[in-house]
Amino acid sequence: MAAAIEVQGLVKRFDGLEAVGGIDCVVEHGEIFGFLGPNGAGKSTTINILSTLLDPTEGTVLVNGFDVRTQRNQVRKSIGLVFQDPSLDDRLTAEENLLFHAKLYSVPKEQYRPRIEEVLRLVDLWDRRKDLVRTFSGGMKRRLEIARGLIHYPAVLVLDEPTIGLDPQTRVYLWDYIMRLKRERNMTIFMTTHYMEEAEYCDRIAIIDHGKIVALGTPRDLKRQVGQNTIRIRTHEQAGLKEELERRYDRPIAENDGALELKVDDAEESLPRLFDDVDSHRVDSVTLEQPTLEDVFLALTGRAIREDEASGKDKMRQRLKARGYH
Amino acid sequence: METHDFGHIIQAIATIWQREVLRYVRDKPRIVSTLIQPLVFLAILGTGLGGTLGGNQIGVGFIQFMYPGILGISIMGVAFFSTISTVWDREFGFLREILVAPLPRTAIAFGKTLGAATISVGQALILLVIAPLIGVHLTVSIVLSLLLLMVLLSFAVSGIGLFIASLLDTLESYGPIMQVLIFPMFFLSGTFFLLSKAPRWMADLALISPLTYAVDAFRRVVLGPELAGAAAQKVLLFPLGVDALALLGFAVVTVSAAVVAFTRQS
Repeated sequence: MAAAIEVQGLVKRFDGLEAVGGIDCVVEHGEIFGFLGPNGAGKSTTINILSTLLDPTEGTVLVNGFDVRTQRNQVRKSIGLVFQDPSLDDRLTAEENLLFHAKLYSVPKEQYRPRIEEVLRLVDLWDRRKDLVRTFSGGMKRRLEIARGLIHYPAVLVLDEPTIGLDPQTRVYLWDYIMRLKRERNMTIFMTTHYMEEAEYCDRIAIIDHGKIVALGTPRDLKRQVGQNTIRIRTHEQAGLKEELERRYDRPIAENDGALELKVDDAEESLPRLFDDVDSHRVDSVTLEQPTLEDVFLALTGRAIREDEASGKDKMRQRLKARGYH
Repeated sequence: METHDFGHIIQAIATIWQREVLRYVRDKPRIVSTLIQPLVFLAILGTGLGGTLGGNQIGVGFIQFMYPGILGISIMGVAFFSTISTVWDREFGFLREILVAPLPRTAIAFGKTLGAATISVGQALILLVIAPLIGVHLTVSIVLSLLLLMVLLSFAVSGIGLFIASLLDTLESYGPIMQVLIFPMFFLSGTFFLLSKAPRWMADLALISPLTYAVDAFRRVVLGPELAGAAAQKVLLFPLGVDALALLGFAVVTVSAAVVAFTRQS
């Protein structure tokens, strides 16, 4: 079976301006694959190419084995798309929006009703099916869009900044639904985000900056690349414990702010061992410091992801708007 | 490009058509306002202008004279608004949902045009109800010929609307377009005065608008039996066949232009 998405040497230029500068990646079936990067990094351009709204300048992109250049309709049927900006008809009901979509994607007629019920129940909107979309909250709209993206049984669900514009609580709630799709339906999900917390949900992430992938791996691997975890131990017999740990782990233990600092590669594995080795009565408290994806981004690009949030977005928007793409 | 299944294309056109009609039927304020506007024209302009100018040289009462034109203006307003609303779809994101669907864009453009044509003709048919109240006698054959002409006009105007919508990025341009394009077409259509008495430049300008031919044809069909020879010469511009052919030509050209422009937009 072909991979869900296969991108090879993808380049997109707008009148000489390079939005995507040579991207390679493969999204396997059943995984959540995320593009993490600041706004304007080329994430939305990539999504527009995946969804055949834009043609690549160079390179090949296969979705479910179909070429985005020559097999547009197969590609379009293979993806369920949830845009960054809402794209529902708010004068129609939830049910009518789904029916419209089912018809345009040639879902078999006898499947309309069962599938509408299935996807609406999946996002807990079945009770609201007869309500006009204009009465929905932002979170409900996004859930409805996810339901709509699923109704033609796509091979990949593509989410462009799925929780942008939602409050933190709704964001967590929405992620429950997305994880449910993966768990219950083994759904393949390709998504973009500039939220670190959101990237943590992904099985694998590609960190993208200035149109290029600067790192690719599981969130854990990426974090491991940039640095070790620090286990910080507070104890009432600091000198003795320090000596013992240095002997056991064969490395110098730093003292910092009244605590012992033990550097390890993998805290998840090291912590249980530590408690086996050390009599826990001697330890008052343990805190763990792990690198975040923010640290990864900082290490790879030399700046924080949110630094240029507004300016990057505006720049890209303006750039594209001026050329009539948006 | 790949080929599309014909049945699917028809279904897609029907689906987009249905959405247009559904949105219209739901929008009660819009229905009411688009029905009232022509009545206001008839009541105020018809009475006012009729009283000032006197109706004796046109062979029929001024309100009867205006009525076919008002039908045309109503179709024009509704059809144009319906297709220009594609700009709203773009602004509010729904257009993307349609544009990424596995369909040829041509089908989308046809569905839109067909929807606008349906709504505008439907609205004009409602306006036929007032005909007896203002002394216009309709027969089945009059209504049928009128229907055919209305359909031609509605397509011609829907095509213009969709063409413009495909070129526009934002809603802001909507106002100016109404001012410089639609209102002049209303006023030049010959609804409110005799084009045969207008200065040459004005009469010539009127000929580049499909509404002019539609009003002329509507007038011949609706008032034909009542217009005596001399009055008919002053009031009517062209034989029915010429008007119908002109409308057909406009419809083909504007809808084709709309399809091309819509297909090319990103």
